[in-house]
Amino acid sequence: MLQVSIYRYNPETDSAPYMQEFQVDTQGRDVMVLDVLHMMKEQDNGLAYRRSCREGVCGSDGMNMNGKNGLACITPLSEVVKNGKLTLRPLPGLPVIRDLVVDMGLFYQQYERIQPYLQNDEPAPAIERLQSPEDRDKLDGLYECILCACCSTSCPSFWWNPDKFVGPAGLLQSYRFLVDSRDTATQERLAELEDPFSVFRCRGIMNCVAVCPKGLNPTRAIGKIREMLLASGT
Amino acid sequence: MSNMRSLSFDAIIIGGGGAGLRAALELAKSGKKTAVLSKVFPTRSHTVSAQGGITCAIASADPNDDWRWHMYDTVKGGDYIADQDAAEYMCSEGPKAVFELEHMGLPFSRFDNGRIYQRPFGGQSKDFGAGGQAARTCAAADRTGHALLHTLYQNNLKNNTTFLNEWYAVDLVKNANGDVVGCIAMDIETGEVVHVKSKATVLATGGSGRIYASTTNALINTGDGIGMALRAGFPMQDMEMWQFHPTGIYGAGTLVTEGCRGEGGYLVNKDGERFMERYAPNAKDLAGRDVVARSMVMEILEGRGCGENGDHVYLKLDHLGEEVLGKRLPGIVELSKTFAHVDPAKEPIPVVPTCHYMMGGVPTNVHGQAIMRGEDGKDQIVNGLFACGEAACVSVHGANRLGGNSLLDLVVFGRAAGMFIEGALNEGIDYLEASESDVESAMKRITRWNESEGGETVPELKRELQGIMQNSFGVFREEENMQKGVKQLAELRGRIANAHLPDKSNAFNTARVEALELDNLMEVAEATAIAALERKESRGAHSRYDYPDRDDVNWLKHSLYFPTEKKVGKRDVNFAPKTVDMFEPKVRTY
Repeated sequence: MLQVSIYRYNPETDSAPYMQEFQVDTQGRDVMVLDVLHMMKEQDNGLAYRRSCREGVCGSDGMNMNGKNGLACITPLSEVVKNGKLTLRPLPGLPVIRDLVVDMGLFYQQYERIQPYLQNDEPAPAIERLQSPEDRDKLDGLYECILCACCSTSCPSFWWNPDKFVGPAGLLQSYRFLVDSRDTATQERLAELEDPFSVFRCRGIMNCVAVCPKGLNPTRAIGKIREMLLASGT
Repeated sequence: MSNMRSLSFDAIIIGGGGAGLRAALELAKSGKKTAVLSKVFPTRSHTVSAQGGITCAIASADPNDDWRWHMYDTVKGGDYIADQDAAEYMCSEGPKAVFELEHMGLPFSRFDNGRIYQRPFGGQSKDFGAGGQAARTCAAADRTGHALLHTLYQNNLKNNTTFLNEWYAVDLVKNANGDVVGCIAMDIETGEVVHVKSKATVLATGGSGRIYASTTNALINTGDGIGMALRAGFPMQDMEMWQFHPTGIYGAGTLVTEGCRGEGGYLVNKDGERFMERYAPNAKDLAGRDVVARSMVMEILEGRGCGENGDHVYLKLDHLGEEVLGKRLPGIVELSKTFAHVDPAKEPIPVVPTCHYMMGGVPTNVHGQAIMRGEDGKDQIVNGLFACGEAACVSVHGANRLGGNSLLDLVVFGRAAGMFIEGALNEGIDYLEASESDVESAMKRITRWNESEGGETVPELKRELQGIMQNSFGVFREEENMQKGVKQLAELRGRIANAHLPDKSNAFNTARVEALELDNLMEVAEATAIAALERKESRGAHSRYDYPDRDDVNWLKHSLYFPTEKKVGKRDVNFAPKTVDMFEPKVRTY
């Protein structure tokens, strides 16, 4: 029997959130945390959490498992359970809508702020724009972000200034476009970031790197943006 | 109903996957009042899981490549019930649509000359089958769907598309003339139910693989658009045609891209034999998916399966080396380690055919306009209703889709629907407003769940439905077993109609969403079952023990399922492409 302690809050019936205990029979199998949630939902129909692809590519089921952010669908119990106990909480720092479902509004706003789309002011050719394999390689480790918010919601700087600090996820995408050989808006992009908060609130704590379920490194991308900002002489 | 809030749009697009986002982008650019209504944040849609690529004759790997060869492959792959005018449109417009994606920023992998990387995929040929294997699938490593979906979402942000994210479409609203004039939708976060009025309603709701117990599909693939259209009385086409992907990870069902075999991987049985050489001497592991899936099942049934129970085969990749795996198939390495506990650089991946794709759907023309049968027995356009992507049956995939053609279908026909709707809106669309009783009839189903007081609950009924489909409508089918399945489904339908939703709360009630999804699974399952029983032949993905041969005399046709009568009719396949000669049906070998 697995002992699961889970954060519950239903705004219609609960004046405050509380932790609820569940006993889950996994029959000794090393299932994923998402499978455990499905079993719990069969016990309690009202349990709310997001899920979609169940294979770690859609980014729906980011949550805090025994104190660490990650995706429930690709986290096996053997990786996370300590002493037969599993504690599940919503991603920290964002308003809770219900149970494990958080309001991702602030997170998405920071993503939108960095203008996450290719900008190129030259007319498009009749075929594709050419890009060397070396230039394309620069996008590896950046474009794979799934917007699960595990990184930004593990970041103390984002907890303090979610409205002003872009956060690791947004900055990773910012760098993805800054470094794309096909993008011509580099100076405009950098100008948008040169204030004390947007980039420079990063204190290099590297929680983002520790939790990213895709193995990406936002801290390195943030370092590169800082270098570009300094080099652009402003 | 009078206190229900309503919203009005020129066009509402239900579904935020590749097809929906491509249609929305076209309309947003035109300045029409458009909204995408999606039950998940758009980048959580199932397009994100597409791996291997988007097949298109952009003449990068081979400068002499020709869209007509791609069209030939598509028609042959579909076992000759793909509509040739639609396949012609997709393959010839394809390059434009793919270059647009690149211009939008899609991070395609590259060849040394800077052009888009293309890899071989199943069923691809040069020179109408005479020139050997082609390499026509444009890829962003093995994360092409992710790259495509994010690029489309990003460009919709750029063009200020309105998003109703985490909204669930419940049912279509029809006016007194039978035109579709919007839908009833629920804001999942608050539970508020809203009447969404629209001059054009686009179903881009994707597939429904969750009718099977074992599927590569996301948990959200519950056929919501198909369910809505069937409840509104509209027919579905070719619903018996379900693709079983050869390489789902054994036990987990997660997909391993055909690109693995495109890059040189191959399947082996328990004796280590590369068995596809026996079934498809020329194309081998890159034969059509239906052919490969059947061959795998034959190996298993004849006792040459792998593992303790002999119930799967192995996909061998280790000979490709870590560098190729890391560069071209990094996502597969990740998935194999997570779900099969296997490092493909060292050991083979255990795989088994797994439900993957719905070739059938809402019958449409190349503009995405939904088609029904008029009183004169001829095709008739459904006013106000459109479909694109997996929810639609244009039909470019016929009885079996080729790998990489799904992503192309999404962008080509999402774009086409958007362009057509823009034109129609410019010319002026004026349908009768829905009356209060029209709206009420679209509210019936959600009201039923909200007022349910007892009965069976959703998870057990869903499991039962998935078991019936898995047992009676899998890779191989036969009369008696299917009849049993149809009967079981009819009985299950009665029980679902009396099922219970215990949680009636409003805020982010996922149990209510799952209950509403179950109704749609039921609709899709029954349409599939009845159509499968009716098609008395073997063609493409539909293989019957009792009718092992293709029957062009009686069944070179689409099936058309009519939900009100639960009867199946036939519809002519298009053999009249506009710019090329049609491809005559031939015996299909690889």
